Amino acid sequence: MSISWTAKVRKSTLEKLPPDQLLPDTQPKYVASWIYTFGVLTIAAFVMLVASGLILTIKGPNWWHVSHLGHFINSIHLWNVELFFAFMVIHLWGKFWMAAWRGKRFATWATGIFAFIGSIVTAFTGYLIQTNFDSQWIATQAKDSFNSTGIGAIINPLNTGQAILLHVAMLPLILGLIVVVHIILVRRKGVVTPISNDHQYMEGKF
Amino acid sequence: MKNQNSFKNYPASQSWSGPKRQYDLIKELVIAIVVVAVLSIGLSALFSSPDERAVTMKSWATHNPIDLAQTAVGELAGTTTSAGYGAPYNQNGSGQSIAFISPQKWLGVRIPINSAQDLVIKPLATSNIPGATDLVSKWNSTSADQQIKWANDFAKAFDKDNALLSANNANVQNSDGKYGPVPAIVNDLLTMARSGALDGALTTSDSPLPTNFTKPLLFLADGGSYFSSIASKYHLQGSQWGVMNETGSWPGQSWLWLFSFWYQIPPFNSSPAGDLWVGLIMGVLTFALLLLPFIPILRRIPYWIPIHKLIWRNWYSDPDSKN
Amino acid sequence: MFLAVLNLNHPAHFLNWGPLSISIPNLVIILVMVFLFILALMIPFPNHSQENKEGEK
Repeated sequence: MSISWTAKVRKSTLEKLPPDQLLPDTQPKYVASWIYTFGVLTIAAFVMLVASGLILTIKGPNWWHVSHLGHFINSIHLWNVELFFAFMVIHLWGKFWMAAWRGKRFATWATGIFAFIGSIVTAFTGYLIQTNFDSQWIATQAKDSFNSTGIGAIINPLNTGQAILLHVAMLPLILGLIVVVHIILVRRKGVVTPISNDHQYMEGKF
Repeated sequence: MKNQNSFKNYPASQSWSGPKRQYDLIKELVIAIVVVAVLSIGLSALFSSPDERAVTMKSWATHNPIDLAQTAVGELAGTTTSAGYGAPYNQNGSGQSIAFISPQKWLGVRIPINSAQDLVIKPLATSNIPGATDLVSKWNSTSADQQIKWANDFAKAFDKDNALLSANNANVQNSDGKYGPVPAIVNDLLTMARSGALDGALTTSDSPLPTNFTKPLLFLADGGSYFSSIASKYHLQGSQWGVMNETGSWPGQSWLWLFSFWYQIPPFNSSPAGDLWVGLIMGVLTFALLLLPFIPILRRIPYWIPIHKLIWRNWYSDPDSKN
Repeated sequence: MFLAVLNLNHPAHFLNWGPLSISIPNLVIILVMVFLFILALMIPFPNHSQENKEGEK
């Protein structure tokens, strides 16, 4: 077989992610609850976070202290953090009560937990770069936690420049990648079967 | 694909072959973005966001010069938190450890800080206050034992009599020499702080264009009351569930409630290794959340408490669900 | 820089109970989350039963 690498990648991508599985226009009939919308609401808040974050990035870290518009964009960024976490945690509650890890969906569950942890770290570095009293205080409090676990030797919360780069350049990218993998896994595996239809789980086998 | 076989007869792992319904994912996403955009813009217009002004050496020297002076003496005497911290700043403390677990020590000194030199003497050396360089030379040419004796003796005298720092001009009064150059050093450091020069000197010692605020923040955190009293006002102290709180009346990082919780209860609220304990506990709990699908009792909770019957109530009452 | 309908720029009120202490704004957020979760379970989801592709009787 002298098939080209490119063709191999195309073939396996299409096999693993056929377009009608990636973007289906139907869902199993049991997908009929508002709880299913909290995943997409979390993504919507993430989109708003990236958008407001990009504006804050373009104008630089000091702009929002001196401009009404800047402060308003900062407010949008902050309230989307609150919405993002609220939606994500409700999504997590929903998935827990659906036992949504059933049927070989552990990777989906795991990437969701990684996204949760990644969000906490990303949000935390955001709090560190407010360049106001709150960020100063949080940095000095966090240093003991970071240092005690050894993380402080690598990531120094008192180093504002480091926190800015982590929050703006690195962490949203990592979080975005985790979210993309999470969504692809959701689409590949499909929405989990209702518990009562899952006889193996009902009988305690899984 | 090792466990492929064990799932072969598990229909929940197969793609759904039962009845379906129309579901427009992209439309759902677009509506969600519009809803969240409107919601967040509305919340921003209603409530704005907090921005409690940053504190500086200048504001510290203006609002609480005695606290700043006492802290500076403490840095010289080696009695402050940063001076005796241990890794990653220096070797003057053992750091937090539980039994043989001491990651702080394992990783060693990565951000070297000599509190007396980095927070007081070196900044003063950059000053153009007349006589400042002489004070620096006098301090540096003295034995460590003598330095600590001067600083400790002055700290005691100063604690007893804050008037050593005269209220009128906020200057440390010169004494008869038994404290060596310490009162004059503190005096000049206060002068630098009041002018704003100390803020610059603390941040530019490593780089002329600073992005790293480790030194001024360590200095502020070593302080007795100025920095922490602002935090107390907003319930930001570790013992006040401060991790999840915010300045003003805005919501904070409420998702850190469990992390914050451990700091409120014994033995962690008084343990010298409290941060390490909480870090390890949260690490274990996070791992448990990750592996929850494999943890026997926890993974059965959704079966025992059947909230799923509410979620899928339409489906369960649908004759199709019985097939 | 605080252009807002409601001014939140003052220390928050706290509810204390033993070691528990929570600010009113954080409590509001958590209660809204619980409320949204319950609403999501209770409110009927729009059911376009005519649009069902299969399983239609």
